[in-house]
Amino acid sequence: MANLVGRVYRVNGPVVELEGVTNLKMLDMVQVGPQRLIGEVVRLKGDHGFVQVYEDTTSLRAGDEVYSEGFPLFVELGPGLLGNIYDGIQRPLEVMRKKQGVFIQRGMHNRSLDTEKKWHFVPLVQTGKEVSGGEVIGQVQETARILHKIMVPVNIKGKIIAIKPEGDYVIDEEIAVIVDEKGKEYKIPMVQLWPVRRPRPYLKRLSLEEPLLTGQRVIDTLFPVAKGGCVAVPGGFGTGKTVIQHQVAKWSDADIVIYVGCGERGNEMTDVLLNFPNLIDPRTQRPLSERTIFIANTSNMPVAAREASIYTGITLAEYYRDMGYHVALMADSTSRWAEALRELSGRLEEMPLEEGFPAYLPSRLAEFYERAGKVKTLSNDYGSITIIAAVSPQGGDFSEPVTSHTKRFIRCFWALDRELANSRHYPAISWIDSYSEYLEDVKNWWHRQISPEWEKLRQNIMELLQKEQRLLQVVKLVGTDVLPPSQRLVLEVCSLFKNGFLQQVAFDQIDTYSSARKQFLMLKSIITFYQQADGLIKKGISIEELREQPIFNEIMRMRQKFSEDMLEELNNFPRKVEETLRELDL
Amino acid sequence: MNRYTFREYVGLEEVVGPIFIIRNIHNVGYNEVVEITDQENKNRLGITLEVGKGFAVVQVLGGTSGLSLSNCRVRFTEEPLKVGVSTDMLGRIFDGLGNPLDGLPQPVYEEFIDVNGLAINPTSRQYPCNIIETGISSIDVMNTLVRGQKLPIFSGSGLPHDLIATQIARQARVKEENFCVVFAAMGVKYDTAQFFIKSFEESGVLDRVAVFLSLADAPSIARLMTPRFALSCAEFLAFKKDMHVLVIMTDMSNYCEALRELSTVRGEIPARKGYPGYLYSDLASLYERAGMIKDAKGSITQLPILTMPNDDITHPIPDLTGYITEGQIVLERELYARGIYPPVAGLPSLSRLMKDNIGKGMTREDHPALTSQLFSCYAHVKDVRALASIIGEEELSPLDALYLKFGEEFERRFLSQGYFERRSIEQGLDLGWEIISILPKEELARIKEEFLEIYYKPSNK
Repeated sequence: MANLVGRVYRVNGPVVELEGVTNLKMLDMVQVGPQRLIGEVVRLKGDHGFVQVYEDTTSLRAGDEVYSEGFPLFVELGPGLLGNIYDGIQRPLEVMRKKQGVFIQRGMHNRSLDTEKKWHFVPLVQTGKEVSGGEVIGQVQETARILHKIMVPVNIKGKIIAIKPEGDYVIDEEIAVIVDEKGKEYKIPMVQLWPVRRPRPYLKRLSLEEPLLTGQRVIDTLFPVAKGGCVAVPGGFGTGKTVIQHQVAKWSDADIVIYVGCGERGNEMTDVLLNFPNLIDPRTQRPLSERTIFIANTSNMPVAAREASIYTGITLAEYYRDMGYHVALMADSTSRWAEALRELSGRLEEMPLEEGFPAYLPSRLAEFYERAGKVKTLSNDYGSITIIAAVSPQGGDFSEPVTSHTKRFIRCFWALDRELANSRHYPAISWIDSYSEYLEDVKNWWHRQISPEWEKLRQNIMELLQKEQRLLQVVKLVGTDVLPPSQRLVLEVCSLFKNGFLQQVAFDQIDTYSSARKQFLMLKSIITFYQQADGLIKKGISIEELREQPIFNEIMRMRQKFSEDMLEELNNFPRKVEETLRELDL
Repeated sequence: MNRYTFREYVGLEEVVGPIFIIRNIHNVGYNEVVEITDQENKNRLGITLEVGKGFAVVQVLGGTSGLSLSNCRVRFTEEPLKVGVSTDMLGRIFDGLGNPLDGLPQPVYEEFIDVNGLAINPTSRQYPCNIIETGISSIDVMNTLVRGQKLPIFSGSGLPHDLIATQIARQARVKEENFCVVFAAMGVKYDTAQFFIKSFEESGVLDRVAVFLSLADAPSIARLMTPRFALSCAEFLAFKKDMHVLVIMTDMSNYCEALRELSTVRGEIPARKGYPGYLYSDLASLYERAGMIKDAKGSITQLPILTMPNDDITHPIPDLTGYITEGQIVLERELYARGIYPPVAGLPSLSRLMKDNIGKGMTREDHPALTSQLFSCYAHVKDVRALASIIGEEELSPLDALYLKFGEEFERRFLSQGYFERRSIEQGLDLGWEIISILPKEELARIKEEFLEIYYKPSNK
């Protein structure tokens, strides 16, 4: 199958130059040297070609043979992806561990999916039916909660002349035969291949309406993201990017979560891998690993595979989107991916721009973020991909190239703040620098599902926070004592909101997740408190008196007190706040 | 090196800085070992940095001084650099490339392993657990160190990072039979290295320490290999011999300087401040060698020390380190100037792994909440101090005055402790409660009522 396409001319880290190149196309996948290391063609020039190799190139030498099958880098799509953990080019890490032991060795060629496991296939069409690419012809119960749709490969159109009856099959077994109008027959197995760098097609893009609920109050209430949107989470080290990514991966109401650990810490991946099978999804009561695919290319794994890992992740996401699922893709961190681009670009001796990044950095970022969105699929279903991308700006400086270019392609920005993180205010999402352009898209959902008051209350608290920001400038110079009571109340309420609402302890059983309803009721309680207290202050009650009220403390602790099955009680809480304060008036 | 004989080439084309280029060769592999014999018949080691048809670029680990273009003989060994390791390396002192410096013969090696190490498969890692009690409250209570963690000390020149590292090495060993230390010094001065060796000696752990020294006057290029030799040795001890290894690496800034030097000589495109674009990946290839694996009982805990150039935490070296390591212990000049040892900065210091390893059943139930509250209150102290410096302490509100008092006590009594003082976690927590009880109960929103009832004890004013 694989043909000799050239020989190694020069080796410079992960970049290998070939000579005597024949029959090679851009982005073809190649196998380099005696160990058949996997690489990808990134530049062609005369009879020379440049390959980025996805494995360590130690001991490669000039004259080593290079083979290619003429395919681009692809991923395997089919039942068995969920719950799996892959490296950046979709090699199954669990299988590699069993075969090679603790450390990752080179030259591993393994199928990404289990080829021996039998899946229970149920046909959904009959012979004689005209089908086209993307249409669902059968299904497999992949995990207890996810029904895996078997779709016609995108480029095939024709009539089904045979389809297997319900039964157990392995993924390579042919389950249907389609004949196109020219009479050519295609055998369709459950597994199909797709090149990672090409977006999978859909019928049309749709506008976004529904929020991706994450259970994190600062996100859902202040800076919501819509299903199909893109978010950037920039923050210096130690500001909690990874914890936010983990929290969203755990609690968001997506059907499928793809977690790409791109150039990050090994121990963090281990944490996720060990935790997810034991965590139960509050909506389906099933382990979270049943809806999650992990891609782990840690910082010490080969840099070229790190570059590919993002594409591998988004292609898997598109595949599940095409089945009509809502997919959330976590990319932690896109800066490491950009750095991989920079490293490879440098080795290719390309002209660098700011901070050494290549000129095509913005266009690569744009390509990636454009693969998110809500679409009508080829099978007339609805699916979406939401991208939540961590950005690690160098020196915590948001003006550096990756952050500033990313900002052009996303519409929601969760800026992590060093000072908040330092005082251990988590999640350290700054309410001053963050923004969400999806507010307009999702507000109707909140009004319909939760309460028509939502937007007004949110607006109230945002205004208070802005006001507090201005007041704090003054406080820095003169202290709080000289402020008039009504302004001191603003400070108190904002501090209450920060401590009692915005802060959320990821490791507390009750606090880690808040439903939309709980968030709304908590917000309403705080706003009610402010409105009542404002009236009392005008009548001469002091701030100190207010603070001594037990209700103040109760509001402060409601996030940890009211669990999700106590929402009935929380329902009456805003009224209780109102009544208690009214009594004070008498 | 006692290997087979290889084809030998005579003459180089170009020597520049620590690297040379040789032509008219063939069959040379990337990243393989090169032996160079200079005109005085002395051998040095090199590694191929780039190979191509008929040429190779080689970095010379012993430095290129004294190499001539014509008289130099070069042999390519056709294998990557391997380092001999053995348990006998404990109690010994080596140079940066693994040659004995203590006048004793080379140890009998049990194994030869690839000096660059291999990436640990994320599925075979074990999540770090079991805290290491260092006896230093600012670490144990505030930034707990966990076995298998990589926790760097971000310091500045003139700050007592060496003292803290030796104090940790001394106090952490208690109750641990199979505990050992691998110490790698890159480009540090002779006195500094001696200080470490002496303090290991005094605390009686020297026979459990393997020392790798590449001092300031050694060729800078050797610094690039020193941590790799040390970590290979640590990997062997931890994963083959089930030991708990603490790796102290000082000073990572010197390592990065050497990397920049090499990169510049090679004419590579620089990223930030002249450091190569792959600085992150390169540092990761060192730091990620910390951890625990499923099949072995041992662990590698890393304590790299780096001096932040100009105390700037946004400089690429501390910045990229912080992105890889699991937290950082930041030392603060202002605290030290006020005579507080260890001057561990309250706010920027962090241990990422403590969250899963403290609390009920591990340290004490109130630990997570108390730590969080201490951080939060101490953050407010900084605001109050800023305010006090403008309006004067007398003008502060009574509450803010309490905060000021809290801050002072926290630094003087909690952070500060003696070089030989060992404070248990229990004692540290109790002290923390005693100090936080200066503040009124209402200020402690992060602590649950039930803990407040047990531990909160306002002083009788």
